[in-house]
Amino acid sequence: MKKIFIALALIGIIILSAVTFLTTGSYEPTRLMKLKEEYPQKYSPSADHKKFAVLQKKFSRPQEVTEACLSCHTETHKEVMQSNHWNWEREEYINGRGIVSIGKKNVVNNFCIGIEGNEQSCAKCHIGYGMTNQGFSYTDSKNIDCLVCHDNSETYVKGNELAGLPEPSLDLNLISQSVGKPLRSNCGVCHFFGGGGNNIKHGDLEKSMFEPSRDVDVHMAVEGANLQCIDCHTTEKHNISGKMYSLSSMNRNRSSCEQCHTENPHEAGILNEHTVKVACQTCHIPTYAKVNATKTSWDWSTAGKLRNGEPYEEDDADGNHIYLSIKGSFEWGKNLKPDYVWFNGTADHYLLGEVFDDTTRALKINTLNGSYNDLDSKIIPVKIHRAVQPFDPILKVLIQPKLFADKKGEGAFWQDFDWRRSSEIGMKEINVPFSGEVGFIRTEMYWPINHMVSTKELTVQCNECHTREKSRLANLTDFYMPARDYSSIIEITGVSIILLTVFGIFIHGSIRIFSSRKMKKERSK
Amino acid sequence: MKKQVYIYKAFERFWHWTQAILILFLAATGFEIHGSIKFFGYQNAVEYHNIAAYSFIVLIIFAIFWHFTTGEWKQYLPTLKNIKAQIDFYLAGIFRNAPHPTKRTVLSKLNPLQRLVYLGLKILVIPVMVISGLLYMFYRYPQKDGGIEVLNINSIEPIALLHTLGAFLLIAFLITHLYLITTGTTITSNLKAMITGFEETEVEGKVQVQEQEKKQGQEEKILADDLLS
Repeated sequence: MKKIFIALALIGIIILSAVTFLTTGSYEPTRLMKLKEEYPQKYSPSADHKKFAVLQKKFSRPQEVTEACLSCHTETHKEVMQSNHWNWEREEYINGRGIVSIGKKNVVNNFCIGIEGNEQSCAKCHIGYGMTNQGFSYTDSKNIDCLVCHDNSETYVKGNELAGLPEPSLDLNLISQSVGKPLRSNCGVCHFFGGGGNNIKHGDLEKSMFEPSRDVDVHMAVEGANLQCIDCHTTEKHNISGKMYSLSSMNRNRSSCEQCHTENPHEAGILNEHTVKVACQTCHIPTYAKVNATKTSWDWSTAGKLRNGEPYEEDDADGNHIYLSIKGSFEWGKNLKPDYVWFNGTADHYLLGEVFDDTTRALKINTLNGSYNDLDSKIIPVKIHRAVQPFDPILKVLIQPKLFADKKGEGAFWQDFDWRRSSEIGMKEINVPFSGEVGFIRTEMYWPINHMVSTKELTVQCNECHTREKSRLANLTDFYMPARDYSSIIEITGVSIILLTVFGIFIHGSIRIFSSRKMKKERSK
Repeated sequence: MKKQVYIYKAFERFWHWTQAILILFLAATGFEIHGSIKFFGYQNAVEYHNIAAYSFIVLIIFAIFWHFTTGEWKQYLPTLKNIKAQIDFYLAGIFRNAPHPTKRTVLSKLNPLQRLVYLGLKILVIPVMVISGLLYMFYRYPQKDGGIEVLNINSIEPIALLHTLGAFLLIAFLITHLYLITTGTTITSNLKAMITGFEETEVEGKVQVQEQEKKQGQEEKILADDLLS
């Protein structure tokens, strides 16, 4: 009895010491607790713009509104005119290139390719007025479009192909009197429709995010915290935090989960350990394009087919375009599992006019830098957008064709469907030599997935990655991951040793049984 | 004449069975972590494996203390004496119902093959498993705040592979061990001995046994001195 008691006491000591050793993890929930206390407090603005005399007089042009804004906010235009939203370019340091000025002006994408020569149309998403194919005055503060970001009446809308000007029918007085902090709707009108339609580009930013449910996005859910974009994309002096690596290159001014959740957000230490190498998004965004499909591939080479001399379109059952004469063929995906890549916060880009040698491989329009061995790299989820787009097969550069014009005969592809002519005009516009030949090359773009964060119940489970079959991380082969990886030599050796052991025991045991029976028989004789 | 000999002391039995349970549990959780089986759920498997690992280390510390304070460590000193006889016994004598060439006594409870194998486990396989296991547990790349800088190796692969190989060897040992416990005087006599501590042995006479024990003890002492010098 006494012995059993001692044995039990010993076992107790052993397990207790093991458990206490293991549960000394670091868990920091305090920052989030503070935010939870802070957020229910309603924000009340210190001024009511309805009461301002300057906003009572009838506005006939949107520029007059801007002047009215600047009459009180006398220095704000300086901040705005420093911003990326205004300049569409900034100086960035890129490893191997040095300091380059990059932005929408000189970076290509594999959707509508590029804006130069197409500004009249693209300017619908510029925070200025009057950006045309002829140019734009980046120094005239009257051209700032304050309303597209600050209208809280949700009635302001920029017109199609109006060089950034709003629809003429709008009541600019009503709008200017209801300005406030940007809402999801202000950001969403551009950021949800990049590429010329809902959810074409990002995959995780689309119109369902105007009023998302908890299933779509746990942070912005209307029935939940109801966070606005700028709650995470914190802003100081009109410099909004957050980067999109389709254009950005440097690891700076980023918006992150950690700014609220810290680097050790889990109660289980084993999960916190993952944050060294795995970004939050990797586990907490199991799928994207949850409500509406996103474009996954775009084939420009089929563009230009006409029916009875007229361009046409074909849609799938959900109403997504699968063919447009002006743009080519598309593929779409909904509820997609992301692809995964290593990312250290820096990116490289294909810049206009850059010559590439290998035309057989898919050309990476943007390259997210990173690897397992890189100290700053983490695994992040991405959407990969694949395209087949025009290039010059002789000079080996991507072509930026002239796409948009408001009438036929100017050589714009969307009017005249002539690749050669639209390429020639487009390349002249950007001052890149063109051989006169048009070919098509496969390209890839990498879009980090950061939104549509799921509820914790839907988080990616351990064995979706830690598994031999169909691991979500099957493509990241530059490191050893438990359960996914093994050495076949050691597996075969180990299993062989065990099988040989069992076989040996079987033989030995059989002989023992056989010989003892024989001896018994002999004895009984 | 039959005699009940007290072979395995209380701590020894406690140590043996706790170790047995821990090794089985570590194998089950470990092979789940390795991706070979699915049972506990991955996160549970990892957490249980870690708890069991620490428990095992604590047990090992107790066992080392016990071995040195009681002098039982000498049981594992390798000997070449009788080793051929022991091999012959397992390969031939056992089938003829021949007697064990090595008498089990309190002073010498292991036969020369057991001595070799258990010593191998104690100084090679178990330390390799403990060290590779601890490295596995504390491996981070990079080693961030509070991490162990000297461990800033950039691949867990060699550690994991070594740990896996050790696990396979332990499984093979376990299977062999389970079989060999049936080779006692009767099929279950060894098992009974590890449960109760007592083994029933056939003895020719008290004096003879005592003499044999004495002789064996002296030989061990000489051997131990040789090894230590």
